[in-house]
Amino acid sequence: MEKKRIVLKFPKEKIDQPIVYRLIKDYNLSFNILRANIMPDNEGLMVLELTGENADIKKGLDYLKGQGVDVQPLEKDIVVNWEKCTQCGACVAQCPVGALYIKDKKTMKVEFDPEKCIACELCVLPCPPRAIEVKF
Amino acid sequence: MAKTLKEINEKIKKGQAVVVTKDELLDLIEKQGLEKTAKEVDVVTTATFGPMCSSGVYLNVGHTKPKTKLGGGHATLNGVPVYTGFAAVDILLGATAMPDDDPRNSVRPGEFKYGGGHVIEELVAGKDVKLEATAYGTDCYPRKELKTWINIKDVNEAVLFNPRNAYQNYNVAVNLSDRTLYTYLGVLKPNLGNANYCSAGQLSPLLNDPFYKTIGIGTKIFLGGGIGYVAWQGTQHNPGGLRGENGVPKRPLGTLAVIGDLKQMSSKWLKGVSFVGYGTTLSVGIGIPIPILSEETLKYAAVKDADIYAAIVDYSDAYPNGKTDVVGEVNYAQLKSGEIEIKGKKVPTSGISSYSKALEIANILKSWIKKGDFTLTEPVAPLPSAESGYKLKPLNERPIK
Repeated sequence: MEKKRIVLKFPKEKIDQPIVYRLIKDYNLSFNILRANIMPDNEGLMVLELTGENADIKKGLDYLKGQGVDVQPLEKDIVVNWEKCTQCGACVAQCPVGALYIKDKKTMKVEFDPEKCIACELCVLPCPPRAIEVKF
Repeated sequence: MAKTLKEINEKIKKGQAVVVTKDELLDLIEKQGLEKTAKEVDVVTTATFGPMCSSGVYLNVGHTKPKTKLGGGHATLNGVPVYTGFAAVDILLGATAMPDDDPRNSVRPGEFKYGGGHVIEELVAGKDVKLEATAYGTDCYPRKELKTWINIKDVNEAVLFNPRNAYQNYNVAVNLSDRTLYTYLGVLKPNLGNANYCSAGQLSPLLNDPFYKTIGIGTKIFLGGGIGYVAWQGTQHNPGGLRGENGVPKRPLGTLAVIGDLKQMSSKWLKGVSFVGYGTTLSVGIGIPIPILSEETLKYAAVKDADIYAAIVDYSDAYPNGKTDVVGEVNYAQLKSGEIEIKGKKVPTSGISSYSKALEIANILKSWIKKGDFTLTEPVAPLPSAESGYKLKPLNERPIK
């Protein structure tokens, strides 16, 4: 089983058509919707974490591309600006997956593991110096 | 074996004082006991770095040609209104002030991106700040409008004056309701989703001097990266409140009003911050040295996180409605572990005050004292004591008909 995070852009003409459900129905994949938006230019934006066999993932992504959906791997997501961070730890209890944490109890320094991050953005506004940025 | 402050300062001037941070002190006491440590150590440095909403700056911007009377008029710094009730060109900017057009909580929760705290950070960082003002004009101060850049280097006085800082302990906030709360203690997830605390615990200045025996009016401190002084008791000072057997406050008790020259401070230790759904404020770095004059002083300064308890308060009902009931009590060792148990549930914790930055401050203050650059002062007057009867009261409303 593989996990893959992708950013999908749906052209205006396609935003009212159900497309991603086919990943489950026809390609044996499951997915977690991390983000879903209609952009100001009426494009659709969706960030998914796909789970399934590698071969099925490839077929599923080919299907999406065939439907005119732009598919990109999720690259930069949550970035911590350590210069702005005041090391308070307000983000720690907000993170649902433990990607922001304090490990060393002597120094109480805040650390970030981007591998664990699901880009849910729950940490962004609770950060008092607004040191956490979201980049797609 | 009592030492005097005079003797300790003599040692400091000679570069011979034994100075340790609170964390180092705990290691020493564990290794060699209280008695030996009390004889050996001269000064212990304590510190805190966290949001302190009752903070502000007053400036004398100097006179224009022709002169302008800002006093009684209207003025803003980078769009944030300043108070113009002091003379002609003395202006006061508070940390929680915001631009008139900030949407606040009109769409909840407001982001509160910019306010007084952010302006203060930019000022102290040496950035140019926009002063815009209108005045009503008098014979001696005829000018009615002013729009100019100002800079901390050019103004006359720039004074950090904070009516309430360095709270001696604080609450632990939880949310017993089923909707998310946005507070000055951060975002509180529903149904005991998290517990937020805000104190440097064992490193916190007033928790190391619970009865205000060494810290008082005139105590010289590290403030915002430079030198400051305790000016008065802080607002809401409540020395007679609940304490544990060891004299350590179990509720938010003492506070300090502090003052210092902004021109020698740093934006590293004065940061504009935003609390979503609540407002803007200033995070302030404070460091206070405690002279170890006797074994008794050391006994108080030996307090550990596990000995300091705080009240768990529900911010969905009890806090906003002024009810005094608490959900429970918990100590700072438990809070810093990352998880506490409330009503049988495992609740993740988050700090709002930065222990990590407080440690940095304690070390900086230690280095200043060791170098001989910083001697300790004796208070010129004490803070109101636990026995003084000085008490925090609510506002007793007498509605105007």
